[in-house]
Amino acid sequence: MASIKDTVLQYVKNEYLESDDDREITYDTPLISGGIVDSFSMVSLKVFLETQYKIQIPDAKASPEAFDSVNNIVNLLKELNIKE
Amino acid sequence: MAYSADVRKVYFDQLEDLKSQGIFKEERAICAPQDSEIEVEFPIGSEKKKVINMCANNYLGLSSHPEVVKAAHDGLDVRGYGMSSVRFICGTQDIHKELERKLTEFLGTEDTILFPSCMDANAGVFEAILTEQDVMIADRLVHASIIDGMRLCKAQNDSFKHSDMAHLEEKLQLHQNKRLRMVITDGAFSMDGDLAKLDKIVELAEKYNAMVFIDDSHASGYIGRTGRGTQEHCGVLGRIDIITTTLGKALGGASGGCVSGRKEIVEMCRQKARPYLFSNTVAPVIVEGALRVLEIISRSTERRDKLEENSTFWRKGLTDAGFIIKEGETAIVPVMLFNAKLSQDVAKDLYAERIYAVGFFFPVVPKGQARIRTQLSAAHERHHLEKALAAFIKVGKKYDILGKTKQEIIDKYGM
Repeated sequence: MASIKDTVLQYVKNEYLESDDDREITYDTPLISGGIVDSFSMVSLKVFLETQYKIQIPDAKASPEAFDSVNNIVNLLKELNIKE
Repeated sequence: MAYSADVRKVYFDQLEDLKSQGIFKEERAICAPQDSEIEVEFPIGSEKKKVINMCANNYLGLSSHPEVVKAAHDGLDVRGYGMSSVRFICGTQDIHKELERKLTEFLGTEDTILFPSCMDANAGVFEAILTEQDVMIADRLVHASIIDGMRLCKAQNDSFKHSDMAHLEEKLQLHQNKRLRMVITDGAFSMDGDLAKLDKIVELAEKYNAMVFIDDSHASGYIGRTGRGTQEHCGVLGRIDIITTTLGKALGGASGGCVSGRKEIVEMCRQKARPYLFSNTVAPVIVEGALRVLEIISRSTERRDKLEENSTFWRKGLTDAGFIIKEGETAIVPVMLFNAKLSQDVAKDLYAERIYAVGFFFPVVPKGQARIRTQLSAAHERHHLEKALAAFIKVGKKYDILGKTKQEIIDKYGM
């Protein structure tokens, strides 16, 4: 089974990169400050995480910083007790 | 005094920050009515300069049309300057109802409600008709006013990749457990100049039991054989549940907007949409002007036909010259430069050549997709476009971007 890190990375690539977008996304790539995910479409990422891991992410924790890279997202999930 | 030096500094620093990022906006004073050729004072206070306007939303060239101006004058004489009221207290005149009827007829819908602007229509409509049991699924490139409207609404929001029907279908499947689903898109996209795939969107919406919302502000009046908009172009007249549009672009260019669509939805807006309930009625002078605009474009397609010819000429001219443009069917033609500074430098040089066009870059468009957005008008004559094209070519040569690929431009100037 894919790790949490890879599941999130795969989701981000499928969800946010257009078919002609050849940008490389790694665990550290800045997603929001890097212009890949805007604050508006960040919601689908939140919905995905909540559905995939059966959690509720409080709005206060769903900040642009917390979602700014795959690594940050994994850290946020850890805070919410979702671990490998 | 509460507005202390410290408070002032907070704002001063933010404004300085905008300047240092190169995203501080400055207005240019136009010292003439809106048209294809205008006199501009830029910076304000400097010598006036006559330029060809390539950046107005004056698609049909009706902003200063004598018949429209005359109708507006008559409206002023007959119905006064203002109503000093919101619509539901004492701000509805017979002509407001008449304009709503005429827009309904023109857009092929069931009913229409006027708003002070389309920004207001978009800000108010979602909150008035959707609740937390519902979901709004929007194209990622919808106009900022739609995003603001969605933020004011308690329904869940989600988005799909620009015009990606497979992605939209996934989202519709994902949200089958919601009470109501609404697919939200621009008809014509303001920054890219392409049209929504409305025929496919309607098909998916019918398959997955969703409503369809479009903002057709950049299409109403000229897209489609008789200018009824994207729904006419895509063959889905009467199948769009909610259309918002503006009177501030092709339809006369003054101000005002509307929500048009299913009668229950329009009625819900009349009861609950806050920008409608709590702002002044559209001024009579604008209502009369807009009524005349609808009459002009209903009696002949001459103006939208000329605009189409102008757009075709312009797209071909730029492409033949070696510019990279975004493909599309509208009067919005983005010339892709990719690099933010390059877009500003090219716009500045074009202005020196007396061509008024604006460079856009992140965050208005995605990073690495800076561009000059050009907009055509039925008020442009062929000589205007030939002169503008010559200027674009001259500037394009200066920066050595003609015939170059995206990668070559990025290699030379960076993202």
